[in-house]
Amino acid sequence: MSEPLLQAINLQCERDGRELFRDLSFSILPATVTRVEGANGSGKTTLLRILAGLSNAWAGDLLWCGEQRARVRESFLRNVLYLGHRPGIKPLLSPLENLRALMAGRRPMGDKALTQALARTGLAGYEQVPCRHLSAGQQRRVALARLLVADEPLWLLDEVFTSIDASGVAAIENLLQERAAEGGAVVFTTHHNVQIAGTKRLVLTPGAVGYDD
Amino acid sequence: MMIKPLDQAVGSIDAMKAVFARDMKVAFRQRQDLLNPLLFFMMVVTLFPLGVSPEISFLQEAGAGILWVAALLSVLLSLDHLFRHDFDDGTLEQLVLQPQPLFLLVLAKTMAHWVLTGLPLVLLTPVLGVMVHLDGNSIAILCLTLLIGTPVLSLIGAIGAALTLGLRSAGVLLSLLIIPLYIPVLIFGTGTVAAAAEGAPVGAYLALLGAFLVLALTLAPFASAAALKVSLSNS
Amino acid sequence: MWQFFHKLGSPKWFYGIAARLMPWLLVLGLLCLGAGLVWGLAFAPKDYLQGNSYRIIFIHVPSAFLAQSVYIMMASAAVVTLVWRMKLADVFVKAAAPVGLVLTFISLFTGAVWGKPTWGTWWIWDARLTSMLILLFLYGGVIALDRAINDEKSAARAVAILVLVGVVNIPIIKYSVDWWNTLHQPATFKLTEKPSMPAEMWVPLLLSVIGLYLLFGWLACLRMQTEILIREQRTRWVQDLFHVNGGAR
Repeated sequence: MSEPLLQAINLQCERDGRELFRDLSFSILPATVTRVEGANGSGKTTLLRILAGLSNAWAGDLLWCGEQRARVRESFLRNVLYLGHRPGIKPLLSPLENLRALMAGRRPMGDKALTQALARTGLAGYEQVPCRHLSAGQQRRVALARLLVADEPLWLLDEVFTSIDASGVAAIENLLQERAAEGGAVVFTTHHNVQIAGTKRLVLTPGAVGYDD
Repeated sequence: MMIKPLDQAVGSIDAMKAVFARDMKVAFRQRQDLLNPLLFFMMVVTLFPLGVSPEISFLQEAGAGILWVAALLSVLLSLDHLFRHDFDDGTLEQLVLQPQPLFLLVLAKTMAHWVLTGLPLVLLTPVLGVMVHLDGNSIAILCLTLLIGTPVLSLIGAIGAALTLGLRSAGVLLSLLIIPLYIPVLIFGTGTVAAAAEGAPVGAYLALLGAFLVLALTLAPFASAAALKVSLSNS
Repeated sequence: MWQFFHKLGSPKWFYGIAARLMPWLLVLGLLCLGAGLVWGLAFAPKDYLQGNSYRIIFIHVPSAFLAQSVYIMMASAAVVTLVWRMKLADVFVKAAAPVGLVLTFISLFTGAVWGKPTWGTWWIWDARLTSMLILLFLYGGVIALDRAINDEKSAARAVAILVLVGVVNIPIIKYSVDWWNTLHQPATFKLTEKPSMPAEMWVPLLLSVIGLYLLFGWLACLRMQTEILIREQRTRWVQDLFHVNGGAR
């Protein structure tokens, strides 16, 4: 039994005076794939942003490798990859430049490895084209090329299947499955019908109304 | 899978360089955006001879103040873009999540902003200085005060840009928050030129402006970084 | 656990303390301010230079004084908000900012009224008046930012950052405005810095300053109580409070 990477204890979230969830406790173990589920507005994106460290709208405890996350912030950030709704791609830069910029503050890589990653997502020949000339799905694929060169043990993926065609979805499914097999942890949300064997489910239900003190 | 120790992350200076280089590259792919503050600067200066008086004596007396106010307004105008595009396309999220001290990355972005807006304004000032009939010495001092003063405007402005990120009518709100904080720089910027015109030594005033710059360099990036985190949390 | 106590325990505790404190603050404040004003406006001796018009200082000085200290108090609370994330601190900032704005406005208005007989004009770009005007802008910015952010927690932190940036700037602004003033109009007639103010004048002045402080305390408590009730409306203790008082169960 391996140690959990990320541990949430009695997580509570309130935004704009509305409680999204409370008393939410779970652990993210290595070599697992977890799918966050819930109706629209149940706080899936918010939960992922909280886990990534982008949102402050929470109370409770978040432990990274057994330590309070706030105390080990940089080590936490070094080991977590977050891809959000907004893909983090500059329309004026080319896929290669974007990928370089995304890796720059973490683990700079040679252009050869980055070009190979882009080719694997089907963007061969587009390396030098500014991203605004690419389709929405192709821009998404640039962000996904980031996954191919990622070495972070924990991935937090919010709606990464959006605008991706069927073959792309299948490729990502494979990627996530391989990732788990290698020992990485993945937490994701999606509206697509995605099949990954052994996926754990984390279901968000609306918080109870009216509480003591 | 092993947890990566922190020292595998790239050094902070390299991360800053990358942020700076990326901002420069993006800006030069969209050159019109670089020209806009400069055009605005020239237009505001033009309004004064037209709106008040084209008399040489008036322009000589008010010229330094007019140029300073116009430069201040152009910087203010350009601040709205400082984080906005990065916020909209999600690169700001990735910036905040880099395993680096955020205030250093913000400092790199602010420096890029100054190189792209403040510095061109300083370079354009001699031309406009001649147009408002300032003498050579005044123009030189004016350029010097702007050279020290405009980075302060960028640094303080970044706090306002970060605080108002993603809000309705952010542009107006940004001006409301930031203009009061610009007043000391404006006063000493124009005051130095006025003192020089009267033949007084200006070394002390320039040193004081330099002190403002040092203070802004050391404190403002922390405030901007904290404000960015709040604004991203709220989005 | 400590954080938990502060997060949920404090507002309720404060609500009770404030309720007990407020009558005292109100009564003492009214007594001091009333005594100071009556003494100052009706009984204190005339000023040998300005006649009766100087009497506006019994309103002008206390409001200007308090307007500045309220900003300092807000800055202290802002530190608490950012470092300890205490809910009460940002409740105070939110409650105090509009009061500070009004006080700044009163001091500017009375300053202008005072200027008419003294300088012969409603407004003069005097260093003090200009500094107060900038303080008014700072208060305006704080309130505008607070209103613009919907989420309560984000608003609290953003406002705290702005207030702290402002408080670092206040001495710089004051210093630069003073310098600017000497540059443009040397030897201004300085009214409030006369060394020889007789006791018949400064005692009522002191009384009105103390009175206004106490009244500010009362008003801040009242506004904080209201804000707490709004924020905690879903908790049991607020609901109980209203069921008991209103008998509406």
